[in-house]
Amino acid sequence: MKFVNTMLAGTVALGALSTAAMAADCPIKVGVLHSLSGTMAISETTLKDTMLMLVEQQNEKGGVLGCELEAVVVDPASDWPLFAEKARELLTVHETDVIFGNWTSVSRKSVLPVIEELNGLLFYPVQYEGEESSKNVFYTGAAPNQQAIPATDYFLDELGVEKFALLGTDYVYPRTTNNILESYLKGKGIAEEDIFVNYTPFGHSDWSKIVADVVALGADGKKVGVISTINGDANIGFYKELAAAGISADDIPVVAFSVGEEELSGLDTSNLVGHLAAWNYFQSADTDANAEWVAAWKARMGEERVTNDPMEAHYIGFNMWVNAVEAAGTTDVDAVRTAMYGQEFPNLTGGTAVMLPNHHLAKPVLIGEILEDGQFDIISQTTEVPGDAWTDFLPESAVLKSDWKDLGCGMYNTETSTCVQIKSNY
Amino acid sequence: MKNLLIALFALILSCASASAQDTPVQDLLQEHRALIEKSSRKTIGPAIDALARSGLPQMQTVLEAWQAKEIWQRQADGLFFRAEEIDRTTLNLFDLDSGADLGPTPDEDFKQLKPNSGIRAMIGTALVQFQLSDPDPAKRRDALIAIERDPESSLLAPLRASIDSEQDAAIAAQKRRLERLLTIGYDADSAARIAAINDMAGDLGLDVRATLNPLTSSKIMVVSGDVPAEWNVAETLKPGSEDLPAAEAYALLVAGGDALPRIDDDDIRAALIANIQGGSVGGVPVHELDNDDARLTAYAALAEAGVVPATATDADIDDRLAEYTFVRVYDETDPAITTAVEEALKSIEVKVGLNQTLDLTLDALSLASIYFLAAIGLAITFGVMGVINMAHGEFIMMGAYTGYVVQQFVPNHTLSIIIAIPLAFAVTFAAGVLMERLVIRWLYNRPLETLLATFGISIALQQLAKNIFGTQARPLTSPAWLDGSWVMNDIVSISYIRIAIFVLALIFLCVFLFIMKRTRLGLETRAVTQNPRMAASMGINPNRVNMLTFGLGSGIAGIAGVAIGLFAKVTSELGSDYIVQSFMTVVVGGVGNIWGTLAGAAMIGFLQKGIEWFNPSNTLAAQTYMIIFIIIFIQFRPRGIIALKGRAAGD
Amino acid sequence: MNTHKSFVMRNPSVLYFLAMLALFTLGVTLLAEGTGTGLISTSFVKTLGKTLCLCLIAIAMDLVWGYCGILSLGHFAFFGLGGYMIGMWLMYERTRLIVTDALAQAEIPPTPQEIVDGIGTQIFGVVGSNEFPLIWSFAHSLTIQLILVVLVPGILALVFGWLAFRSRVTGVYLSILTQAMTLALSLYLFQNESGLRGNNGLSGLQNLPGLDDVPQSTVSIWFLWASAVALGLGYILAAWIVSGKFGSVVRGIRDNEARVRFLGYSVETYKLFIFTVTACIAGIAGALYYPQAGIINPAEIAPIASIYLAVWVAIGGRGRLYGAVIGAAFVSLISTWFTGGQAPDINLGFYTVQWVDWWLIVLGMSFVLVTLFAPKGIGGLVDLWIDRRAPARHGADLGPDDGSLREKEASE
Repeated sequence: MKFVNTMLAGTVALGALSTAAMAADCPIKVGVLHSLSGTMAISETTLKDTMLMLVEQQNEKGGVLGCELEAVVVDPASDWPLFAEKARELLTVHETDVIFGNWTSVSRKSVLPVIEELNGLLFYPVQYEGEESSKNVFYTGAAPNQQAIPATDYFLDELGVEKFALLGTDYVYPRTTNNILESYLKGKGIAEEDIFVNYTPFGHSDWSKIVADVVALGADGKKVGVISTINGDANIGFYKELAAAGISADDIPVVAFSVGEEELSGLDTSNLVGHLAAWNYFQSADTDANAEWVAAWKARMGEERVTNDPMEAHYIGFNMWVNAVEAAGTTDVDAVRTAMYGQEFPNLTGGTAVMLPNHHLAKPVLIGEILEDGQFDIISQTTEVPGDAWTDFLPESAVLKSDWKDLGCGMYNTETSTCVQIKSNY
Repeated sequence: MKNLLIALFALILSCASASAQDTPVQDLLQEHRALIEKSSRKTIGPAIDALARSGLPQMQTVLEAWQAKEIWQRQADGLFFRAEEIDRTTLNLFDLDSGADLGPTPDEDFKQLKPNSGIRAMIGTALVQFQLSDPDPAKRRDALIAIERDPESSLLAPLRASIDSEQDAAIAAQKRRLERLLTIGYDADSAARIAAINDMAGDLGLDVRATLNPLTSSKIMVVSGDVPAEWNVAETLKPGSEDLPAAEAYALLVAGGDALPRIDDDDIRAALIANIQGGSVGGVPVHELDNDDARLTAYAALAEAGVVPATATDADIDDRLAEYTFVRVYDETDPAITTAVEEALKSIEVKVGLNQTLDLTLDALSLASIYFLAAIGLAITFGVMGVINMAHGEFIMMGAYTGYVVQQFVPNHTLSIIIAIPLAFAVTFAAGVLMERLVIRWLYNRPLETLLATFGISIALQQLAKNIFGTQARPLTSPAWLDGSWVMNDIVSISYIRIAIFVLALIFLCVFLFIMKRTRLGLETRAVTQNPRMAASMGINPNRVNMLTFGLGSGIAGIAGVAIGLFAKVTSELGSDYIVQSFMTVVVGGVGNIWGTLAGAAMIGFLQKGIEWFNPSNTLAAQTYMIIFIIIFIQFRPRGIIALKGRAAGD
Repeated sequence: MNTHKSFVMRNPSVLYFLAMLALFTLGVTLLAEGTGTGLISTSFVKTLGKTLCLCLIAIAMDLVWGYCGILSLGHFAFFGLGGYMIGMWLMYERTRLIVTDALAQAEIPPTPQEIVDGIGTQIFGVVGSNEFPLIWSFAHSLTIQLILVVLVPGILALVFGWLAFRSRVTGVYLSILTQAMTLALSLYLFQNESGLRGNNGLSGLQNLPGLDDVPQSTVSIWFLWASAVALGLGYILAAWIVSGKFGSVVRGIRDNEARVRFLGYSVETYKLFIFTVTACIAGIAGALYYPQAGIINPAEIAPIASIYLAVWVAIGGRGRLYGAVIGAAFVSLISTWFTGGQAPDINLGFYTVQWVDWWLIVLGMSFVLVTLFAPKGIGGLVDLWIDRRAPARHGADLGPDDGSLREKEASE
């Protein structure tokens, strides 16, 4: 009788447990917050498709915690206030457990207050300018020290560039990145007059004057290099003008931080061979995992489609989240966040990405030369570089550090040993 | 097992015998293996030097193969081979010493050497000595380009030696020019250098300025008392002047150890924090330190006590600055050379200024022609007919996408453009006629509502394009003969595609004038727009005329779309980028007159480039101020630059 | 003179409107998360609050277009300016609190300059600067910024309107000119030199300084109330302006400007007055809108926003204030619904219509249809309902502006 009782109790308990897990969580909802219309749709639609593919793949593997995953897709329409509204909707109306989304920094800044207020979880997949650390955001894209600084080092050391043209689209990422780079270059002994900075509006198409200005920089006999943070489809006009002007990568190399396979598919690259891009991922990376990933993507979206760096960021971020949820045994945000620290997942380019306590990844930095077929030839690959939220090259942020695991603070002043603020700056 | 062992033995034997054989190239490469594998510009120098100086006959091919990323390394034993990729997994190997074909091999065990462009340039420089007299003119040109990129004193002698034997006139001229430039930079004899400088004076080439400018490099020196005679002084600077702000001058003194440093606010704050004792610093209570005066007092007290270094006061700074002389001194010690260089540069400068103006004018002309092209369709539909067509931009977009679609079916770029232009016209003509029939003709007396209805069509068409073609930019590639640019000199150049757009704009202008002034349709159009009822009673069918005119305007927009797509990008938002500018072009120029549109486009183009020239680092500002200028301009000429007069002006 | 009473008597629709607005606000309050049952989520309360602000600017648009005949394609510029003005204070004050807290932890008390520098670094750090531009001079004072909410759009409208009306720019030209104005303003604000953080705009506006403990569910209700009050007052003001003799002159200008001028009225003054007043209303609407949206950015005042505004009013019905309100509320809410992914996909068998992709096409085509077939917009339905028909004109046009209720108004 006692045996029966125990059995019964056990079964009930087990049943209760499993129903509790099922009832509370199934299906686990994954919010996808990428613009499907408006100016940013050009880049973000791809990431929405990536997320749908990842969720599908995970469901084929049996979901997470025994639950199916369900992707909730909303369209913030490249409208920054709408990002905040849709984020709130995802968290409160759809009750998603995690959000993957955003591209532009301004959209992220729009979402930050909402996500911190409601204690949500956002995975942000794009390279960005740093100078921010939110408890509720995991930055799976590159911080400046994982893209901009290594690329600049490459220019200085490997190409012997002595004069820099920093060309960017006029918004926060190029502004801050160029600011960091200017400070960094001055620290490397480049004089102020050897740094030419220019900002152009989104979608700019009339590049002849700017390209001519860059060429004219070479008049004092120093080797000129261009660091481009030009964003989106303005690149097409820029590279067309560059090609028309016959600027060879050997004379004036251009390294771009926002130009990947996707952007190059919009133009003929035969005249751009040799120009550079710095990313944490290129489609041409020669590993088995990448071959599989590219094949899956092409099978789903069509043979002519390409993969790019933010897609890999989502790939890593999503898989880390899945593993963290499995490790925590729940989708509760605080438990998952704790489980995220130290999560490891293999990169598509080889090596392993590690989630750091400052919510950034340690990832390798790759520099590629543009090839005729619109792909990149990887000519330099570093070991994993830990992402740094607060750059060391601006005086006011050099003293700051972010450590959510032990210090519980994203903006910790190491000089005064105080936490400047818990919420992020937006 | 036994077989395997034998095979292994054979392999070892063959390796051993290989190294025993005469393989100087491989040996040399192995000697520098570590550096080559590291493949960094900073460390590779000795390896490239050793290869270049080895005097081995194969070395030119080896270096050329390395530069072309054709050298592969076998991981197992570290040996280098030249290899050609047959497919993704197979290589065809060649021995470096003998050049023997070793046959296809799977690429698993091989790693490609990928010299970056910095290293490739160094290899190029090393190759110069082989290539300068190479029978292949292409290689001789390569050598000259390598010299141009990285001029070195060691290259002067071989370059001079190769000039006399040069057969190709163009290459010979280039060699002589390079020889002059290298002479300026590196010749030991001052007189020769000055002669070369004078030879090149007034030359517009970027390379000349690149050679001359470094010779004028200078630095600011501080001296108390007389300036040493051996200094080649460019000018004496006064501290506090524009060239040398006082703070900068003082920093020079501090750096030289000649003056007390000025402690900045942050350091003072840090020093105060470090010296808090029992709730006060230097006698000042901590809670009173919330202003600069109190902090300075506290700091002064600390300095008095010798705890912190004293800070310089403003009076100190002025005194110290007065004691020293600041001079800008050339790095080049020979004054004769610097004088010659400065003079040569001055003579070039005027020419450069003139040419830059010319270049800017060309840019402005090109921008104006793009605006004109975008607006000319609108000059018909809005200017002549008075229809506000907000979907005009989408017609441009449709034209561009037509070009893209044609290129998908006709791979030959020239042919595809020839097909695309009439096709784009046909597509947008049809769309325009359809729109006129279905929507616009009901709204002829309600212009503001036409605006709304066509805006609706515009957003619908834009979204439709997204649904069909996706949000990614689509490539519309110009034919090869439009690649590149027309280069007058190193300053003035313009891309062929822009010239083509300019020509296209001219053609359209002529076509427009011809249709309006010389054809029946033009006559009828003018009649209908001036007075539809009167025109109708003269036997003209206003409906038909309106339909055709609107179609014509839309069709021209379609062709403009192909041209704009060639030079910029093809996305669904292409049209909306041009719509506001196009309307402004027409309005500024004066409605109803093609010359007005031309004048409007020219004014906007030149104005925008002019403002850009004043403020080169901010293109956005140019656009902003251009629009503000237009708003103000319209206040004074509400009917545009060329206003219609008389009855035609009507409201 | 009991003008007020007669005003309400002559405009019963004002009372109906106010009653419905009050009912709506009460209903939302009772159902909202912060104050009631929680049936309506906070995000939807915010959407509703923002919609009320859009209704307010739609009323302004209706005044200037539906009543005065000026198709302004630039009123969102004023809306945005209002938002920027209040945003500056919100951002400054919130940052100031954070910075003073942080600096208070340091060993020695901060100097006033250090506090200002700290705020500057926080606000402008993202755009690579740390100094306060001149236009932030008053950002520390709520009162001044509140005055500026009305003053800045008002002055811009006054100057622009004076220039434009003085030189007799009318009709389509004026529309394009207003469009150019808003484009210039948005391009200017896109520049970092404007001192308003360029493309980044002002963000985090939903967090009211010093009220960190008040949950957003409550804040959203406060703003809903404020927006409702502003909308009610705006409606009364607009109804008062268009009633009486002044209103008749304004409508006269719309229908035939030249005749009104020949009658001896100073047409320019009337137009300028309407233009400026509506700009001020737009500024207030913006100042209430952006703290609910959370972020303001130059893209908000791009020309397309103002065109949408005209479209709302056209769909709702011009020349009647409730029409503008209906149009703005209807189109913006239904857009939210369709782009929010809530609308079910339609499977046609060979093709699945996803509304995210097709909604804009439907919207665009509906503009065309409304313009062609229902120039009175949704407001026309009200006419059917209360059996108010335009007099028979035997096929002739009602006048140059079909959408407005000209003959009926004249007979009132």
